[in-house]
Amino acid sequence: MRNCRDITLLVSKGLDKELNLAERFAVGLHLLMCTRCRNFQTQAQFIHKAAHRYTEQLQSRLGKNRNRR
Amino acid sequence: MLLNDIEKMTNKVLSEQTLAEQRPVLFRYALLQLRDSELADDAVQETLLAAWQSSSSNFEGKANVRTWLIGILKHKISDHWRRNSREAVAPSWDQVYSGDGEAEDDEFFMNNGSWNSAPKAWANPEAALKQQEFWAIYEICQNNLPPKMAQVFMLREIVGLQADEVCRETGLSDANYWITMHRARLRLRECLEIRWFNTTKREKHHA
Repeated sequence: MRNCRDITLLVSKGLDKELNLAERFAVGLHLLMCTRCRNFQTQAQFIHKAAHRYTEQLQSRLGKNRNRR
Repeated sequence: MLLNDIEKMTNKVLSEQTLAEQRPVLFRYALLQLRDSELADDAVQETLLAAWQSSSSNFEGKANVRTWLIGILKHKISDHWRRNSREAVAPSWDQVYSGDGEAEDDEFFMNNGSWNSAPKAWANPEAALKQQEFWAIYEICQNNLPPKMAQVFMLREIVGLQADEVCRETGLSDANYWITMHRARLRLRECLEIRWFNTTKREKHHA
């Protein structure tokens, strides 16, 4: 049986690349029973999204003086 | 290899379009280090120009075009720091992370792999994205990551490199890359929970 550490490692990995069938199955089964790891999954997805939004902001914030050229 | 093949490959790789495609990634990479879009822009221009002028002997194959360009960009960035050595010098990523002293014991999980401090549900995270104060907290949390972790996380999520490219850049093995990203997410998660989602100031935005 995979524990919460293993499962959240896979959840994190799944944000970067597609998991194989066995991994997806293990994650899916575990998340059905485990609220804590479900919270982690939702929050890791949120952080992924936030990082992209942050990048956009960073580019426009530090890019304010670009028009000077 | 036949000279003909090399020529073909070079022409293909160093086409303006190929170089232009790498521009956003290079720009974000330079921006994170130089913290100024004009300087970043200049560094990227110089890099692309150098790449364009460079002979095929400096280049080993299409798969590595981005790695090769980042290599040139790093030189441009350190040139900048050398020229401006009286300014506060931001340490280059390469220097900060030579050691691997961050293999700390696991604070998030117990020995049997179950949660030590489990994630709580967050109320309305989408609303946070619209708030200025949230982004200040986000930035603090991101900057609070240990240096190597921050580098790996930012190369992947901010600069937008692929996992294998991040490994090449940082010298991490594949397995350590996944572990590092996992830890970075655990830390960011915890930091955001403590500093934002658990605090009462959030409530006024929900009222």
